[in-house]
Amino acid sequence: MEVDREDGRSQNQLRPLACSRNILHRAHGSASWSQGDTKVLAAVYGPKAGTKKNENPEKACIEVIWKPKTGQIGKPEKEYEMILKRTLESICILTVNPNTTTSIIVQVVNDDGALLPSAINAACMALVDAGIPMKHLAVAICCCVAKSGYVILDPTKLEEQKMKAFAYLVFPNSVRSVLPEGSLRVEGEPIENGIITSVTHGIMSVADYFYCLERGRAASVKLSDFLRRNLQQQSTDSSKAG
Amino acid sequence: MGLPNASGDLSTEVEVDAFRRLFPLRFYEKHLLESIRPDARSLGRARETTIALGAVASANGSALAKIGSTTMLAAIKMEVMTPSLETPDEGCIAIDFHMPPICSPIVRPGRPAEGAPVVAKQLSDTILSSGMINLKELSLDIYCLDADGALFDTALLSAVAAFSHLEIPVVSLNDDGKIVLSEEQGLSDREPVNKEKRKINLSSVPFSLTCVLHKNYILADPTAEEESIMDTIVTVVLDSSSQLVSLHKPGGTVLAYTSAIQDCIALTRQRVKELQKILEEGISGMEVD
Repeated sequence: MEVDREDGRSQNQLRPLACSRNILHRAHGSASWSQGDTKVLAAVYGPKAGTKKNENPEKACIEVIWKPKTGQIGKPEKEYEMILKRTLESICILTVNPNTTTSIIVQVVNDDGALLPSAINAACMALVDAGIPMKHLAVAICCCVAKSGYVILDPTKLEEQKMKAFAYLVFPNSVRSVLPEGSLRVEGEPIENGIITSVTHGIMSVADYFYCLERGRAASVKLSDFLRRNLQQQSTDSSKAG
Repeated sequence: MGLPNASGDLSTEVEVDAFRRLFPLRFYEKHLLESIRPDARSLGRARETTIALGAVASANGSALAKIGSTTMLAAIKMEVMTPSLETPDEGCIAIDFHMPPICSPIVRPGRPAEGAPVVAKQLSDTILSSGMINLKELSLDIYCLDADGALFDTALLSAVAAFSHLEIPVVSLNDDGKIVLSEEQGLSDREPVNKEKRKINLSSVPFSLTCVLHKNYILADPTAEEESIMDTIVTVVLDSSSQLVSLHKPGGTVLAYTSAIQDCIALTRQRVKELQKILEEGISGMEVD
């Protein structure tokens, strides 16, 4: 089914991605991520000594501060902070630096749809820039279900508001390994099919949700390739400078 | 002199409790191998659920919901207001979720609990997006009286029960042309706008189930202890026509594969049927009175 989107993209096409690391000098790690017009800046400070009050001192602790573009911090910001914190806790190896706190500050520069996935991608790149040990990267994508039943990826703000429902999905990045393919499967599915985080808004049928998962997985492979190229490029640049 | 058996039993009892505190994960894994949990529930079973409608007499609609020990009190107050220009047919709804210090030892007075604004936002998203009610001016307050895991489930259940108990009060026009509640003004001679108290119409009603994932096990309806040890929590909200209102999985060590998600959704479907029955029994109990 051909779908007309306002900016001329096809159903499964993502907006142009841009990512740059090490843009802030005082932060231990920083990254700026933009998907089309949505732009998010993330900075990582850490690991710092000590954990917060109620946290387990045998593990590292992650603290997220979300700064909206305008306005006061309210409940939506607290929810984003909680989702980001749990997502990043699941990808970082917390036992390497126990009794430490890593702070991640997310600043929204422009919101044009798919804000939370962009923030997750930016935070992940900032963690890589800071050298925090991680199990795998988190690749985040937004899928929308329209009233007529078709699914589009990476919506703009206008598209998000018109849609019946949308889902933010976060997958681990695609695996490129020298081991034979069968040995990396869990329950018959490759590791990158597992969902780290899923947040949905609006009503959709269960079948629509599984269709979103499929499309999301396919898109996460493309995003993983982009991340890989970006990280390899910048590491060769810095080695030339050194 | 002493009773060797008694002291023997006591020492094993202390050991079990100590083991539970010192090595909580191993304690639970020993139980999971036998497909059972420390409170003797099977893995897919939720705790005993009860609903009491009309708990607060001064509110227009109220309900007390208990899932196991988790207790939530929901109260709805209706007020007359002028609608906004963009949506002249609709009112608005304000949802507030409180976790007073009575509910849990980790909540201190003065500092709001960490999980509270998140549950509040999830709740308002779910209620508004499920299209359950046609809006009037509503203020929904939910008080957590006892926090023992599955806070969102109990809060949603109490909100849904309070809505089914809600009766729109009689209103009439007063001299200035404004609509007021009839009892307030004492204008019994005025012609009331609606003849009698009526129930609000509920279209698709949402019900939810929270599950915890640990390795290959899926535990339905976790207690607070289970939630604190196993950190991967999945909340599925389905409405009465089996549409997915929300699937909330905020991170967590365990990755959810398609099979795990399908199992969670299947468990939620069963739970929806159970909860619908309990809610209907509660409503019919009220109407008999």
